[in-house]
Amino acid sequence: MNLSVNIAGVELKNPVMTASGTFGSGKEFEQYIDINRLGGVIVKGVANKEWLGNPSPRIAETYGGMLNAVGLQNPGMEVFIKEDIPFLRKFDTKIIVNVVGRTISDYCEVAERLQNEDVDLLELNISCPNVKEGGVAFGISPQMAEKITNEVKKYAKQPLIVKLSPNVTDIAEIARAVEAGGADAVSLINTLIGMKVDVHKRQPVIANKIAGLSGPAIKPVAVRMVYQVAKAIRIPIIGLGGIMTGEDAIEFLMVGASAIAVGTANLLNPRATMNILDEIETFMKTKKIRDIKEIIGIIE
Amino acid sequence: MCVDKNVGRSSCKIIYNNQIAEGVYEIVFESASISSLAQPGQFVNLYSSIGSRLLPRPISICEVNTKEQWVKLVYAVVGDGTKEFSMLGKGQTIDVLGPVGNGYEVEACETSILVGGGVGTPPLLELAKRIEGKKLIYLGFRTGSYLVEEFKKYGEVQVATDDGSEGHHGTVITLMNQNNADGQRIYACGPKPMLKALQQWAGERNIRAQLSLEERMGCGFGACVGCVCKIKAKNELGYTYKKVCKDGPVFDAKEVLF
Ligand SMILES: Cc1cc2nc3c(=O)[nH]c(=O)nc-3n(C[C@H](O)[C@H](O)[C@H](O)COP(=O)(O)OP(=O)(O)OC[C@H]3O[C@@H](n4cnc5c(N)ncnc54)[C@H](O)[C@@H]3O)c2cc1C
Ligand SMILES: Cc1cc2nc3c(=O)[nH]c(=O)nc-3n(C[C@H](O)[C@H](O)[C@H](O)COP(=O)(O)O)c2cc1C
Ligand code: FES
Repeated sequence: MNLSVNIAGVELKNPVMTASGTFGSGKEFEQYIDINRLGGVIVKGVANKEWLGNPSPRIAETYGGMLNAVGLQNPGMEVFIKEDIPFLRKFDTKIIVNVVGRTISDYCEVAERLQNEDVDLLELNISCPNVKEGGVAFGISPQMAEKITNEVKKYAKQPLIVKLSPNVTDIAEIARAVEAGGADAVSLINTLIGMKVDVHKRQPVIANKIAGLSGPAIKPVAVRMVYQVAKAIRIPIIGLGGIMTGEDAIEFLMVGASAIAVGTANLLNPRATMNILDEIETFMKTKKIRDIKEIIGIIE
Repeated sequence: MCVDKNVGRSSCKIIYNNQIAEGVYEIVFESASISSLAQPGQFVNLYSSIGSRLLPRPISICEVNTKEQWVKLVYAVVGDGTKEFSMLGKGQTIDVLGPVGNGYEVEACETSILVGGGVGTPPLLELAKRIEGKKLIYLGFRTGSYLVEEFKKYGEVQVATDDGSEGHHGTVITLMNQNNADGQRIYACGPKPMLKALQQWAGERNIRAQLSLEERMGCGFGACVGCVCKIKAKNELGYTYKKVCKDGPVFDAKEVLF
């Protein structure tokens, strides 16, 4: 059975990766899972400098999902390079760095600093709903999305994935723009913007008021968007949004994703990626699928 | 058999799950790993069996028995998740992950003061068992008390209730003042106003206090950075955010910024 897939020239042993922000850099998961089994680890967002993040409460439960407004708390790229890369390099898996910034030059600075570091791919996060400046602003306008992709490409040595926001009218248009800007792959979707009110206290549950919705509640939206994007561009797609089981992952592959990422499911069960991998293998065995690539994009 | 590895989210068999006060339940379940690894002040994540209710419900470990391999928790029914748990019975199972968090640092001294408020009292029980020396135990409740008889095995217990239905009519802090409570170490868990008052109380007397904090959790094991609290730091802002689930829930009172 062959589970390997290729993203922008990087060979993943299987299509299962971890979604940014839901796996840290893997340290919290080492005691629960065999990180070597993962196709890749997409680490939490890394900025040029330390970001403090948003005040608490940052989390709320919603029906079949969750809201988060972490606000990309991270210690900055130097700490990441010193501590997280050596940790992840102990394992036989690909390292994908989620790059965040407030200005185009912030993003470029991180890409440039990582040029000679041992990482496999960069993922440009232009779609985080939880930061005031930058972030999502680049992800909702095709012109801005193309421009930032083009600028960061000048500094990036590793292939560049651009992570798309679902909070747009026409996601295919944004996907085409980043492809034109030189992206090597796209990943989608980031969280949907949501809100929850505590009617007894008459105030928003999350301190930031507005937050990102993730988990199984968003899966149909994510599948639809991957399907539309697959029709619009030629570069590979990493599909994510609400994947909880192997069959969920296969849905994304069938509509055109070459690989998938598991997000919220990691938070609910640290072994989620291992279970999903097992379920994909079982599915392939029972359906007599010898190569995972046979099912990628089979939905017309 | 001693299991010295945290086994992740797993299904545990319930030995019993009984109401011990109005809306307060005591659940005991089997777990070789949690019962042998647990430290006082640590907690476990409980999970709903309903797919629409995804997030962990963090509940402090009240008591463990390593030999008999059981874990006891005491929880209040406050919402849908805890209501679901309250309906479980003997022989059924519940998904649990733990132990998690950074518990109390147990320090030897002549007299320790343990202060609990409401559902903040349970974690102090395992702690009371493991601290040596004299123990002054102050327990505060809104109304009816629970666990008081268990605590009496380990120290001198004083009860305060907001409505005066039992013990002192008022807060544990006023009761401590009234009794001129004196000791070298304070261990506390309870609602924020109580912890804030204790931080000041301990500060004025220069007594080391350890406080157990609460925050909304996304994962309950350190992965999402969703559960942060403000901890004093030497930077421009004067604070930084730390994870309650991993760096805490227990912090030194001197570090916490309420
Ligand atoms: C470290 C820690 C230890 C705790 N120990 C105990 C204990 O020993 N006994 C006990 O009765 N309670 C304890 N709590 C509080 C307990 O976690 C909540 O009461 C419980 O999660 C409520 O769940 P629910 O579904 O009934 O409420 P709902 O309001 O329906 O829950 C909705 C969401 O909000 C979260 N939530 C609600 N209230 C709280 C709260 N106070 N703190 C954190 N998250 C909350 C839930 O986890 C869930 O994700 C502890 C909390 C923390 C953080
Ligand atoms: C707690 C949390 C933190 C996240 N942090 C990031 C981040 O740093 N960068 C990013 O690109 N996406 C981040 N995301 C979005 C996820 O990577 C993913 O796109 C989204 O949650 C949808 O997938 P899911 O439903 O499987 O979680 C975060 C999501 C969650 C729940
Ligand atoms: S709840 Fe996820 S890091 Fe604490």
